[in-house]
Parts: sequence; structure tokens; C-alpha cells
Amino acid sequence: MSERRFTLITGRTTKQGRSVHLGKGAREFLDEISTLQMNPKDIEVLGLQEGDQVRLSTRDGSAVVKCKKGDIPQGLVFIAYGGFVNALVGSDTQATGMPNTKGIEVEVERHG
Amino acid sequence: MAESVGVKEVKVIEGVTCPFCGVTCDDLVVHVENGKIKEVKNACVLGKDTFMHHLEGWATPRIQGKPATIDQCIDAAAEILAKAKYPLIYGLDSTELQAQRKSIELADLIGANIDHTSSVCHAPSLQAVQTVGISSCTVGEVKNRADLVIFWGCNPAEAHPRHPSRYSVTAKGLFTPKGKKDRMVIHVDVRPTPTARMADAFIQIKPNSDYEIFSALRALLKGHELDQAEVGGVAIDEWKTLLEKMKSSKFGILYWGMGLTMTRGKYLNIVALLTLTQELNRFTKFQAAPMRGHGNVVGMAQVLTWQTGFPFAVNMSRGYPRFNPGEYSVADLLAHGEVDAALILAADAIGNFPAKMAEHLRSIPMIAVDPKESETTKVATVVIPTAQAGIAAGGMAYRMDHIPLVMKKVVDSPYPSDREVLERIIAKVVAMKNGGNGAPVRAGGARG
Amino acid sequence: MGRSLKIVGGEVYDPANGVNGAVREICVQDGKIVESCTGAAEIIEARNLVVMPGGVDIHTHIASPAVNAARGFRPEDHRHGLMSKRPGIRSGVGFTVPSTFATGYLYTKMGYTTVMEAANAPIGVRHTHEELIDIPILDKGIYVLMGNNEFILKYLKAGEMEKVKRYVAWLIRSLKGYGIKLVNPGGVEQWKYGKDVESLDDKVYYFDVTPRQILKALSWANESLGLPHPIHLHANRLGIPNNYLTTLETMHALDGSRLHMAHIQFHSYGGENWGGFCSKAVEIAEYINAHPNVTTDIGQVVFGDATTITADGPWQYRLYKLSKNKWYNQDIEVETGCGIVPYVYREKNYVNAIQWAIGLELFLLIRDPWRVFLSTDHPNGGPFIFYPWIIKLLMDKTFRAEMLKRVHKRVLSDTTLPKLDREYTLSEIAIISRAGPARALGLQHKGHLGIGADADIAIYPKDDDREQMFEHPVCVIKDGETVLQEGEIVGSRDGKTLFVIPPEVGEMDPEFKTEFENYYTIEYENFPIDVEDIPNPEAIPAGAAR
Repeated sequence: MSERRFTLITGRTTKQGRSVHLGKGAREFLDEISTLQMNPKDIEVLGLQEGDQVRLSTRDGSAVVKCKKGDIPQGLVFIAYGGFVNALVGSDTQATGMPNTKGIEVEVERHG
Repeated sequence: MAESVGVKEVKVIEGVTCPFCGVTCDDLVVHVENGKIKEVKNACVLGKDTFMHHLEGWATPRIQGKPATIDQCIDAAAEILAKAKYPLIYGLDSTELQAQRKSIELADLIGANIDHTSSVCHAPSLQAVQTVGISSCTVGEVKNRADLVIFWGCNPAEAHPRHPSRYSVTAKGLFTPKGKKDRMVIHVDVRPTPTARMADAFIQIKPNSDYEIFSALRALLKGHELDQAEVGGVAIDEWKTLLEKMKSSKFGILYWGMGLTMTRGKYLNIVALLTLTQELNRFTKFQAAPMRGHGNVVGMAQVLTWQTGFPFAVNMSRGYPRFNPGEYSVADLLAHGEVDAALILAADAIGNFPAKMAEHLRSIPMIAVDPKESETTKVATVVIPTAQAGIAAGGMAYRMDHIPLVMKKVVDSPYPSDREVLERIIAKVVAMKNGGNGAPVRAGGARG
Repeated sequence: MGRSLKIVGGEVYDPANGVNGAVREICVQDGKIVESCTGAAEIIEARNLVVMPGGVDIHTHIASPAVNAARGFRPEDHRHGLMSKRPGIRSGVGFTVPSTFATGYLYTKMGYTTVMEAANAPIGVRHTHEELIDIPILDKGIYVLMGNNEFILKYLKAGEMEKVKRYVAWLIRSLKGYGIKLVNPGGVEQWKYGKDVESLDDKVYYFDVTPRQILKALSWANESLGLPHPIHLHANRLGIPNNYLTTLETMHALDGSRLHMAHIQFHSYGGENWGGFCSKAVEIAEYINAHPNVTTDIGQVVFGDATTITADGPWQYRLYKLSKNKWYNQDIEVETGCGIVPYVYREKNYVNAIQWAIGLELFLLIRDPWRVFLSTDHPNGGPFIFYPWIIKLLMDKTFRAEMLKRVHKRVLSDTTLPKLDREYTLSEIAIISRAGPARALGLQHKGHLGIGADADIAIYPKDDDREQMFEHPVCVIKDGETVLQEGEIVGSRDGKTLFVIPPEVGEMDPEFKTEFENYYTIEYENFPIDVEDIPNPEAIPAGAAR
């Protein structure tokens, strides 16, 4: 497996839950949902610095977000629910009604 | 007292139920001054912000982006729905029971598909319960008795902040007088979420391995030895230790979240989990429960079930309810481009859906009923602002364990409640249908 | 001014008023039966038809958190009975756990107008009231579960009987309930740590009180509060071989007090184990015949699909292990439990066939029809829509003989059913399905057609096939309005919620609020239900202490 391939986990965070009340256009909200949490070693392996822009690509789409060190195992990356997640998640439910929203294969590369 | 400028009208409202999540705390104290919320006590940060910021980002009534009156919006909404051949009614979580009740009456009337946010949240949990059942309990049982609490693929520290203190970790009850000291708390997840900090142990598993792990635990419970050294990235011995803890607890509970419902396996992950916890009852008292609920989503599942027999993904197009997840669920209806109009109430569908689903919603006539502007209201054909349920409109909400609670109205709103908007749309649709063929058509229903 | 109508020419069966098939005119005005109408009245021609009071079901499970859980977890059940919307009529699904609107229509289609929802955890009663709003036409009441309530156990442990009484009154008043229900007293509390009680004298963990103490205390509280209905008891050891001994001991323990034994069929079993499973209907019927303080409903088994729903958590765990079907369990803090298991009763299954026979034996052996009532313990023994089939079994011994040829052959040798020649009369059917239950409930304006009664009336065709007759009423009138005509619902309307106002016996102690909040997870003030939250309430006053 290439070192650029990761498993994407999406989910709630306190910041996302709080700032949503300020409106979905609020800077705090946009900031939280466009931040990718990565293991510091993975950031290093990719030759990134915290705050760098990265492009995420899945089978269903791509998005550009900034990366940040997080308490997360190597090989996993995390983003809070929001518009950037929506761009990465597909709509196929395998006839269950539920799209794959966590545990998705994703490629991470430096952007710009 | 005579009205006079400068005299503050101060109200302190106790026992207020929070509309934000499925913990449904009912002990909030809200201070209202001159009709404005000044302070909220006892709430978590998420609940507090729900009240304190309820005035921010209010929606405005409009049609095709142009300002309109509420009356005009209701007429336009009724027209869209009455004309639609295969409409969708969706959302319905951040509202109260009476509005939810009316939404189903409307669906029955127009032969709509009706689904709610469970569909992309805990619907797999509901499907799993339909498959094998569940051994469960109300949160008070956990507070009073649980000596082992497992949080699996859920993160109450961030999603249900007061669950641990009110019910499951530090809560003191009849047989747990010392609270946290009387309990062991274990967190299982693919990453150490903030919930790990309140746990006695954290087990880090590989993504998408839950089904395999539960199956292995079931095999071990039945006395089988396994060939593998590890399952889900964790040594078999560690799983054996966990199983021993489960068997030797007096009252164990496993709470699960979207870490299981949204990953590979979907409802089958939960089937494996529920079967394991049911089988543990051969050894001790063991329960499981989903960490449900944005808003009052549980209430929607309840009323939809009692009116139609089915908890989500209901289709009324043949004049009677049909249920088929994967066909009538919102994700599939939108991804396949099947619906030709939509009413989205109290949820931000566009803001929360994968891009392809949102794309179809943008392409059809859509009515958004919501107190606040959202990605959905931005693109909706008709926007009808409403009084926020649980703050500016009263009603009922359900806790994650199906316990119903009253939500109080703490401040006024210039806008009608969700319930009133739906009642008026129903009346208008009925009038239009009557106008069409002259036959008397009533909205129907016991309270019609 | 309401509607006036006269039902003329019908053969009237009104056993409470001694009318047994005589042709009588029934006059209705403003929703009540009157001596004569004051003005012009609509005429309903009932020549060659049978006129009865609307049916009264004393024990059914149609609305509660448990019933709704059963609906939600049995999508496969609903496909048998799809019901389309029509103008004024909502769509729904039928069969063992019908949706709410369907429930109202299906009962109405049998000529029933009043039903009692038999098991409600106090904290879930608010939910039940909301469901009842969506059950049209019928009048409904709620029994509140108390036999495993930890406050009651605690007061009993301390010997504080007056507190038990005050608490019971507070619960009924706060919840707008109709009566006291006990389910496996003590046993469901034991289930909270995975156990059960084996006998009336087993001690409940921590609280150190016995089922016998719980029974006696709640019976005493019920009678001293003057509640219209006696305690409604689902006894210990339901469903288990040899439970008839516990059943006899239970009735004996309450000797002399009014007592309603629910679904007694499930409590009339002999045999040391499932292999030796046998009928003890004779022994149970003999006891009831000799003790006029006891009323009972049967809980008749109907072959085919059922959904078992009960607060009896430990029994449902046994049934899950026996049947290997899916199992839903929900324990309720402080109060009770709940278990749900789908089940199929089969004609050729020995135990099921004997269960079927026991129900009929009891119907036929209990001599006084005023003390035995028609029920399937819906949907535990089968769905209520089969009441007409049961009526046919009771009224037609030839039909019984046909059925006996179909069921497991040991019913012939092992029960008294083949020897029982009794056939119920129409008057007796009117008693077990309306007059009797209404009387046992203390509902003085229900179950009869005397002056002042609610104008709830069912008009049936005369048909020798009694199943056809009771399945297809010609007309059903509720509160003086026609709600069913020629088999179709024609005027859906709201039913009432019947609730009892207990006497004032003092406030709860000041420390109760603290205790409540220590063990519950909601605020004390948020527990009671305002009468304003119930759209069509009808208060029934309590009587004098007994």
C-alpha cells in the first residue's frame, strides 16, 4: 500500500457541534470542518507541515483541506462532518440505505 | 404592576428539556429577560449554545429567492406537493412530536416517501433490532445498576456530553452509590477519542473490523478456540480478558454509535453486537443500547412506527405504508434521482448529504421549513421559517431510550411552529384536491 | 344538540338490564341512550338484526412503548394486513401488532367500542396517551404497572402501608391511569439481575419482600382507595408447567378481596416439565366457580402468528430460548421490564394445542359468565381480530368437534374439552364481551343499553355462522354517531380517554422529590401528565373504600 493511502474517519466534534449554532457560514464552523487530523508521523512522512493544504481523493470525489496533528493512529485521518466530508462520500448504500461514511479509503497529497 | 420603560421582565424557567441531542436533559434552568434568553444553567456546551445562539442565522420567508409572506410560502409549498408525483418528506429530527405527527398525515395525504435523519444515522441499528432483537434498558437502569459500561464506536464526550454524568459513568444510583468507583468503563474505537480520557481502558481496533471482532467474541463465549493471534488488530488474549470482564460483571451495558452503523457491514455489525450481548445473558445481566439522537429523531421513529408500523424509509405512494430500506431510504431515493419534489423540515439535507444526493435535491422543487438558514434554505424553492421547537415552540421529545419528555416554550417567535405550518399546508392541499374533482376529501386522522 | 335516532325492530341483547333477545326500540339522543327522543329522530331499521351494546375489551395490548417496540421490530408482521387511506380514513397496517389507526378501525369492525390497554410502565404512560390520540373511535383506559415498583417495594420493606396507598393514588392521579396492574410481582425486579421468583414466598433481592406481600399490599391499597376495578393481576410463573399451583395459591392469598386474574389460560398448566405439560383447567375453574370475588379473562390461544409482549421479562427470556426467535428486552428504571418475542401457535404442536384447549375448557367450565371475559391477551395468544372465531367455538359444539379433529390428537385424550357440550347463548356472549367486562371495570355507562348509558351500539346480522355474524356488524354506533355501515368505517372520530380520579389521601412526603430524582433520570416536576395534554378525557370517580 502506498504511503499516501489512508483510511478516512468522519464524525462529530465538540467544536463542530457548538459552532453550527453560529450558522453554517460562520468562520469557526468552516474552520473546524475543513481541518484534517493526522498522526504527526504521517504528516512527517508526507513531508508536510501542520497547516499545509492537502488534497484528499476518494472514489467519489476530492476536497482540499488543511492538515493538523491529532491523537490518531498512523494510517487513519479524521475530519468533522460538513461540506468537505460530503464531497468525499459516495451515495451508494449497497441497498442498505446508509452510505459508507466512515472507514473510507482516501489518498492524501500536498496541495499547491 | 404598570408597564414602564426600564422595568425588566425576568422569568426563570426550571425543568426545561434540551432539544439538542438524545440525552434529552430535562433539568435546564433558563433565564429570560424581556423575552430574550440571558442564561442557561445545567446544560452542556452544545445545549447551552443551542439556546444562547437560537436567534443567530434566522431564516426568512421567500419563494424562488424573493421575499414573500408566510401565507404565500404555504400556498406555494402546497402547490408543489399537490402536483408532485413521487414526493419526499425528510428531516424531522430537530422538531417536536406534534409536528412529526402532522408530517406523516401529510405524507399519507399526498402519497409521499417519508424518511428522517435516522436513515443516515442509526437506521442500521433499527434494521439490526428488526433482525435479532435487543437486550436493552432505560438509562436509569445503567445509572442504578451498571458496573461495566462499554462505549464502542461512539464518542459521548463530544456527541452526548452529559450522558456520562447523568447516566453512565459518574452517575450515582441505587446499587452504584459511589458512581465512577462502582463502575469499570471501557472505550473501543479506531482512534482515541476524547471519551478515552474518562475510560479505565481503551482498546484501539482497526477500521472496518467490528463484525469480525464481535464474531470472534461470540465464538470465544461459546468456548471455541481461535487460530488467529489477533482480531481487528488486537491480540486474542486481550479479547479474552474483555470477555471475562463482561461475563463477571453484575450488570453490563454496551453502548454503540455511528462507528458501527456507517462502516463496512452496516447493520450486520450491529446484528453481531446484539447477538453477543443477548448471549451474554446466559452468564449475567447484559444490555446494549444505541447512542441515538440528534434532536428528537427518536420521537420521529416512534410516531412513524405507531402510525405506519415502520420506523423509517416509508413509502405511501400506493395509499398504504410500505417499508424498504435501500429503496425508500432518502439516500437511495436521491442518489437514483427518483423523487420529483421534496419537503425538508428541521434538518439541513444539503449540508449533510454526500454531493450526489444533494445534487438531485437542488434539481427539483424543494421546500425548506427551518428556523435557521442552512445550505438547504440557500437553494430551496420555498423557505418557510418557523419557531424553533424546544425553545420558541413547545411539544414533546423522546430520549434515546424512548422515554418521552415535555419540551417547554421559553421565548416567543414571530414565526409559526412547525406543526402549524404543516397543518396549514395540509389544509391547503386538501382544498386544492377538493377543487380538482369536487369530491370531498378530508385530511383524515383522528385529530384531522 | 346531538343526533337523535331510534333503532327499531331489532332483537336486543342487553343482559345487564335483563333483556334477552326481545324486540325493543332503542332511543338515542346526544350520545346517550334515552327513554324517548324529544324531537324528530333518524330511524335505523334493525328488523331481523341483533342489537347489542358495543364490545368492551378488559385486557388488550394496543398502545404503549412496548407495543410500539413490537411494531417497530416486526416489519414482517405488517405485510399481512395493508390498509389503504380513504377520505377521512388513514392508512395503516394490521395483523398481530396493528398500527394505531388500523387498531381503532379493526376493533370497530367487530362492534367493539371500549378497550383497556393492559400494561404501562409509569414513565412510558405519556407515550401511551400520545398513541391513544391516534387510535380513533374507541374509548380507552390505561392500567399502570406497579407490581415491581421500587418505591412500593421500599415502603413495603419498611412496613409503611399508608405510604404505599398514597404513592398508588399519586401514580394514578399523575398519569391519568385507570387501574392497577401487576405483572409477575417481584419477579420482574429479580430479572433486573437476570433472575426470577420461584414462589409466592421468595424474597426479592435487596428489598426482602415477597410476591405475596406485594399482592396483598396492592390489593389492600386498591380497595381502600375505592378504585372501580380490582387489581388486575398477571400472576407469577406465567407459561411454565405446573404453574396452576401458584395460580391457586395466589387466588387463595387474596381470598375475600376482589381480584381480576388476567389471561388465566396461561396460568392453568400442569406437569413437571414440558414433556408432561397438561391441562389444569378443571382445578382452576373449580376454584373460580366457588369464589365470587374473582373475575378473569381467558387469554385464548388462536392458531397462527402472535407477538408476545409482556412486562414479564424473565418469562420472555425463557420463551426466546425455547423458540429461538428474535428477542427484545427493555428494562425500565425503578418500575418494571418488558420483553417481546414473536411466536407461532401450531395446531399440531402438542403444547400449543393443549393451550388452545385449556382456554376453551375454562370458558366452558366457569359457570358464571359475569366473571369470565373474552380476550386473547392480544397479541400474546393471537390478535384480537379472531374474537369472532372464538365466539363461534363457544357457541357451536359441532365446530369445536371439527377443530378437535385437526389439532394434536392428545387434546382428545388429555383434556376435558371433547366431553364439554355447553354452547354459549347470544346473551352469554353479550355478557362475556361487553356487559361483564364493563361491570368488572366499574364502568356504569358502558356495556349496556339502559337509560343514561353511552350510546355505543353494535348491530349484527343474524347468521348461524357465528364467526360471520360477529365479524360483520351491519352498523356500529359510537356516542350516538354511526361509525360503521355495511362493513366500512364511515365516520372516524376521536374516542375518549377514561381515567380514574382517586380520593385525596395526602401529599407525598417532602423527601419524595429527592428520592425520585436519586433513582429516576428525569425531574420530579416533569413526571405528571396534565389533563390538558389529553384531548378527550373522561374522569371516572373512585367509589367508597371497601
